[in-house]
Amino acid sequence: MSSVSQYFSGLFTGIRSLMKGMAVTWVELWTKKVTAQYPENRDTLVISDRFRCELIMPHDTNNEHACTACGICVMNCPNGTIKIESEMIETADGKKKKVLKQYTYDLGMCTFCNLCVVTCPSDAIKFDNTFENAIFTRSKLVQTLNREGSKLREKKKETPAPVAE
Amino acid sequence: MILNYSQPLEFSNLSSWLDATLRNNLSEFWTLLIEFVLVGVLLLAAYAVIALVLIYVERKITAFFQARFGPNRVGQYGLLQSLADMIKILLKEIIHINKVDKFLFYAAPFFMVGASMLTFGAIAFGKGLQAVDFNIGVLYVTAVSSLGIIGVLLAGWSSNNKYSMIGAMRSGAQFVSYELSAGFALMTMVVLSGTMQFSEMINQQAYCWNIFNGHISSIIAFFIYLISGHAETNRGPFDLPEAESELTAGYHTEYSGLQFGFFYLAEYLNMFIIASIATAVFLGGWMPIQIKGWEAFNQIMNYIPSYVWFFSKTGVLIFFSLWVRWSFPRLRIDQLLNLEWKYLLPINLVNLLVMVILVLTGLTLTDLFPNWF
Repeated sequence: MSSVSQYFSGLFTGIRSLMKGMAVTWVELWTKKVTAQYPENRDTLVISDRFRCELIMPHDTNNEHACTACGICVMNCPNGTIKIESEMIETADGKKKKVLKQYTYDLGMCTFCNLCVVTCPSDAIKFDNTFENAIFTRSKLVQTLNREGSKLREKKKETPAPVAE
Repeated sequence: MILNYSQPLEFSNLSSWLDATLRNNLSEFWTLLIEFVLVGVLLLAAYAVIALVLIYVERKITAFFQARFGPNRVGQYGLLQSLADMIKILLKEIIHINKVDKFLFYAAPFFMVGASMLTFGAIAFGKGLQAVDFNIGVLYVTAVSSLGIIGVLLAGWSSNNKYSMIGAMRSGAQFVSYELSAGFALMTMVVLSGTMQFSEMINQQAYCWNIFNGHISSIIAFFIYLISGHAETNRGPFDLPEAESELTAGYHTEYSGLQFGFFYLAEYLNMFIIASIATAVFLGGWMPIQIKGWEAFNQIMNYIPSYVWFFSKTGVLIFFSLWVRWSFPRLRIDQLLNLEWKYLLPINLVNLLVMVILVLTGLTLTDLFPNWF
């Protein structure tokens, strides 16, 4: 290609490609805006279930949780976020048993690494996706997760599965 | 003749009434003094208000191009956002830098603002709304608008900072190159109109805007003027003097508070000035759309005040510059200079010649169809 025709073809290809770009941005000008208007859209806001915002201990309708106060979550926590107070009680059939007294979780120390939830042998704790955790005093970040008067859920007697022939 | 009936919303009604009242009650000297002060204050106020509006409009349109909402929290639709920003920048501390050339460092922003203020005066905002109307208006505008680059170079030089220096040098190279193209594009239109006075140029365009009058040549000149004007304002794809990734903020790296505000203000006003000069030269300035023979239509168009026409035409051009800004990737310095010296300038020189031939051989639209235009 001679340099003259190269000059002109370069010029016109350049102009055409610029026009193409402008057509794209023109369409983009009229597209629906994607910005989430946060405080207004609280009702319709969708937060992913896997989003980790704070540690909770699910209680069932009988006010029972699944925490056996084994302390594995405390050992796995890299920041010392969790503190467990337990006590020994005697059950009706005379056995000694360790039960949870207070499960303290410090949200301000937590890095949301999920190690406590992963290692919990009885699935007693999990991360919730309620993200509006901002408060004005740091002391309020320290939460007690087990509810007043809650107790350990009794394990159901497992019926041995019938052995298949 | 058109424009002979009363136009109730026209600004010139108010100004001529004011002039008559002053002349009846005061001597010539005091009348002129009061009028000069009034014009100065009005221009300064318009300068600030237009900058605020432009900043808001730019942020909104930019947001729309990126599928965002833009400012929408301060006031209804975020209308007070730029006012709040102005108050913030007025309250900010001006940080004094130790090893700068003090005098030049503090003088540089005033050069920028001064140059754009001088050009601002020459804009015809509407019928009878023009402060400076020389018979060499086009020359005046090209002369004073290029003073701004002195501010940029001084800022970069006196900052004692290599980033500022490189930014200023880039800006200087860019400005000198593109000023040439802008000047030639304007010169093409001067050939077509046969005058350098803005008011006369606008009056000639009552029935046929210059961009149509010189057809092919005018359209090429129009686009070259827009491109080079855009490059002169250091915006859009030509904003490499302040390329953040390489030069932090280019020539205004060391400036803070109100001094930075001056650069910012001048940048926005330069965008407006380029758009309004293009409006005056190519799109008939404040002239309403008039078609020969359609008297009723002309009458209706004339009821719309001239400043509305001016601002809407300018607004379209500003929108165009924002559209370009958010469409194209930034140029490298060598690409930038290539574009000017290898493409725009040769095209411009040929274009000027074509325009001369068009005018001399009577091939402009007004010559070809004198009954229509």
